[in-house]
Parts: sequence; structure tokens; C-alpha cells
Amino acid sequence: MADAAWTAYRHLIGAQVRSQTQYRASFVIDVVGSVLFGVIDIASVTVVFRVTPTLGGFTFPEVFLMTALAGCAFAIGDLAVGNVERLRQYVRSGLFDALLVRPLSSLVQLAAMDVATRRVGRVTFGVVMVVLAAVQAHVPPTATRLALLVVTPVAGGLIFGAVFVATATVAFWWIESGEIANGLTYGGLTFTQYPITIYGTLFRRLFAYTVGFAFVAYYPALALLDRADPLGAPALLGYCSPAVAVAAVIAAGLMWRTGVRHYRSTGS
Amino acid sequence: MLAAVVTNSIFGFLRFAVMLAVLDAGTRTVAGYAEPQLATFVWAGQGLIGVVLLWAPLDLAERIRTGDVIIDLLRPIDPVWQQLAADIGRAGYAACTRFVIPVLTGALVFQLYAPRRVSTYALFACSALLATIVCFGCRYLVNAAAYWLLDARGPNTLWTLASGLLGGIFVPVWFFPDAMAVALIVATPFPSVIQIPLDVLVERGSPGLPLALLAVQGGWVVAILSLCRWVQARGERKLVIQGG
Repeated sequence: MADAAWTAYRHLIGAQVRSQTQYRASFVIDVVGSVLFGVIDIASVTVVFRVTPTLGGFTFPEVFLMTALAGCAFAIGDLAVGNVERLRQYVRSGLFDALLVRPLSSLVQLAAMDVATRRVGRVTFGVVMVVLAAVQAHVPPTATRLALLVVTPVAGGLIFGAVFVATATVAFWWIESGEIANGLTYGGLTFTQYPITIYGTLFRRLFAYTVGFAFVAYYPALALLDRADPLGAPALLGYCSPAVAVAAVIAAGLMWRTGVRHYRSTGS
Repeated sequence: MLAAVVTNSIFGFLRFAVMLAVLDAGTRTVAGYAEPQLATFVWAGQGLIGVVLLWAPLDLAERIRTGDVIIDLLRPIDPVWQQLAADIGRAGYAACTRFVIPVLTGALVFQLYAPRRVSTYALFACSALLATIVCFGCRYLVNAAAYWLLDARGPNTLWTLASGLLGGIFVPVWFFPDAMAVALIVATPFPSVIQIPLDVLVERGSPGLPLALLAVQGGWVVAILSLCRWVQARGERKLVIQGG
């Protein structure tokens, strides 16, 4: 059964990728656009450092490392489940009913049906930036650090993926939830690009600790740079991102299940 | 609407946190802005996004793709003026809702800069109206690309990024080198949408400067609307060949 489901998912994704790459020029433009989104994030941070030598007590190479880790993590989460934000259209139009009658997970179907192949552009750019930032910040090439450098964007991608799914479930209750999710998803990207020391206490509690955004880039970057947290958190937290990611994914999964149980077709 | 205001306000907190960090690191002014001016810049900017509707769905492009646009062409009013009129009405409503709420949110938490000169309020209103028209024109051109491409997503991505980074939303244009900032303001339409109205509001520069900035915006209104008319006329011919 598990094998059969897996084959079905593979076919769904394969069909999507083939259809999206059918028009070459169009696909290339989309990939370039996706890379540009990553470029802009880096550019914004660079411009900010034109008018200041440090930000929240961190120098440019240090913040650049956080920005690169955050950008790469966001790109991975966005590639995997970013289009789940279209759930509100599926709920409103009644298309979601079609997913529920199939003997497969509704969430995985939705992700597979909408996989945005063009976003490989942003992921690739993100990986290049992480490598560049690590070199520029002189991260010592020990086995532990290299492993952390590889694991962090994946764990961050899971955290962003969980946030995408959790915020999309609002549509089950509100039907037309508008862009309310963007504050946490795209807002989360903006938040994680900078050291959490620059934010006010309330915002830090909400975004960094409650949602877990501090584990996307800030704590791992401190561990990579071998710097103590100016806010006094233990250095061990830099290695906790995978655990936080698993917890976030479980929480998002539970929210999705509750949401689907609550789902009533709009009848259209 | 409510969702958009909440999102704009969250980004207000995020963007202003970065600005505060910049101020903390150096002197109490940055790129010619004092702290209250930057606060007004960020929060009024978050409100202005909704007034000019910086990022809108590609409705016209979709109508061109499906052929529904012929219904617009059957009406005895030019599609550019028709949609501009509707957009200004929308902006008027947004000015009472989407602009006011983020500004009030910012004012509750931070100390905002209130304009010293009474004339600034009138100038800002004019500037915001011109900004709405320039923004409408830019979005119209992006959508009209669908007459040739059938899909305006590519041009729309470029517009989203250029307007954000070069228009004053992500960072004030004056964070760039001065020569580049001046070149952007005069030679590209992006700062006319966000940066110029905000500079007028926070009374940056000499008292005569807002009038010069409004003149720049006026120039862009004429240029962009003429371009819209021309592109629309060419697009209609293309549409006939394509068969609608």
C-alpha cells in the first residue's frame, strides 16, 4: 500500500514537472525570476550595511551568513509546500472535495499537484549564497561545522514548510483568509534574515521563540561563528534546529488534521 | 482587507526594527533621516502600499489571455481611462482604511514625525494621488505585456522586485549612493510610487524640494499614461490578429 501511494505521488509530481517545463522560454523566465527574489533579499541587507557598520552587534559577514541561511531555508520550504497558500482558493471553489475522495493524503496531494518547479532556481542560488557566506565569515571547516552547515537549511526549510501549512489551514475556518498568512511566511523570511537582537521583546518572543524562527538562522549561525549569544542563550541551542523542525512539523500536521475534520464543502 | 492591514503592520514592525538597529549602531540620523522621520517613513510607507496597490493580481492580463478583454473594448470609453477611474476610486477608499490603520498602529507604539508645515499635508495628498496614477500606469503596462506574451508573470516579477528595492519600500532610496538615488528618482518611475510621497510627508530637504519632487511625479504621470495609451493601441491591433 505504501509503495502504491508512493508511486502515485511520484507520478503526480512527474506530471507537474513535465507540464511546467513544456514551454521552455516561459520556464526559463520563471526560474530567472525565482533567482531574482533571492538576489533582492541579499541586496537589501547589503544596502542596509552601506549606512551602518554593525547591525544589532553583528558585522556584515555575520549577518550575511544569517541572511544566506534564512534565504536557503525559505527557498527549500517554498519549493516543497509553498503553494499550499492556494488552499483558500481550493476551499472556496470546492476543488478541495476532489482531493478528499482520493485514497491519498490530502496535504501531500496538494503539495504534489502544485509543486513549483521554477523554485529550484531560488534553492540553487540559496545554496551558493550559504557557501559564499560561510567562506566570507571564515567558518572553520571542521566536520561538526560542515555538518551543521548542511543540516541547518534543511531544518529551516522544514520550519518554514510547517509555517506555510499551519497558516494555510486558517482557510478551513475563514474560507477567504486573504494574505493573513503572508505576515508569518514572508514576514518570517524577513525576520530570520537579521539577528534577533534587533527586534523588540514582544516580537522576539512571538516570532523567535514561539514560532521557532530563531532556529532557522540565528542560533545555528552563532554556533557556526563560535560566538556567544548577546541575549545569553546557551551555545547548545545552535544544534537544536532539527529537533525544533520536527516539533514544528508535528504541530503543523496536527493543525492540518484538525482543519480537514472541520472542513465543510462550500457546495460550489 | 483586514488580512492585508495586519500583514502590512507586521512588516511595519519588522522594517522599523531594522531601521532602529541602524540608528543604534551609528549617529542619531541616517541618510538624512532622524528617528521619528524614519518611523513615519516606514509606517506611512506600509499604509501607502495599499493606497497605490503596489502588488495587485494580474486581472487584465488574465482577461487578455481568456479573450474577455473584448468586452472592455466594446465599451465607448478607452480602457486605460476606464480602469484608471476605477483605480482612483479604490485608492480613495484605501486611503481611509488601509493607510490609516498602519499609521495609527505605528503611532501607538513609536513616536512618529508630524509635518511642521501645514502645506505639507496638501502636498502629500497631491503626491499620493500622483503616486497612485504612476503605480496604476506601471501595473497597466505589466498587464498589457500579455497582449504579446499571453502571460504577464515574468514582467510582473520584475515589477514586484524593482518597485520594492528601487522604490523605497525595502530601504529608503537614499540608502544607496547619492548619485544613484538621484538617478533613480529622476530616471525611473519606481521612487515616484513610494519614496517621493514619503519624502514629501517627512519634509526631507529644503521647503522648495517637495514642489520639485511633485514636478518629477507629474512628468512620470504624463510619460506613463502616454505609454499606456500607445501600448493599448498597439495591443488592440495585435489582439485583432490573434482573434481575441
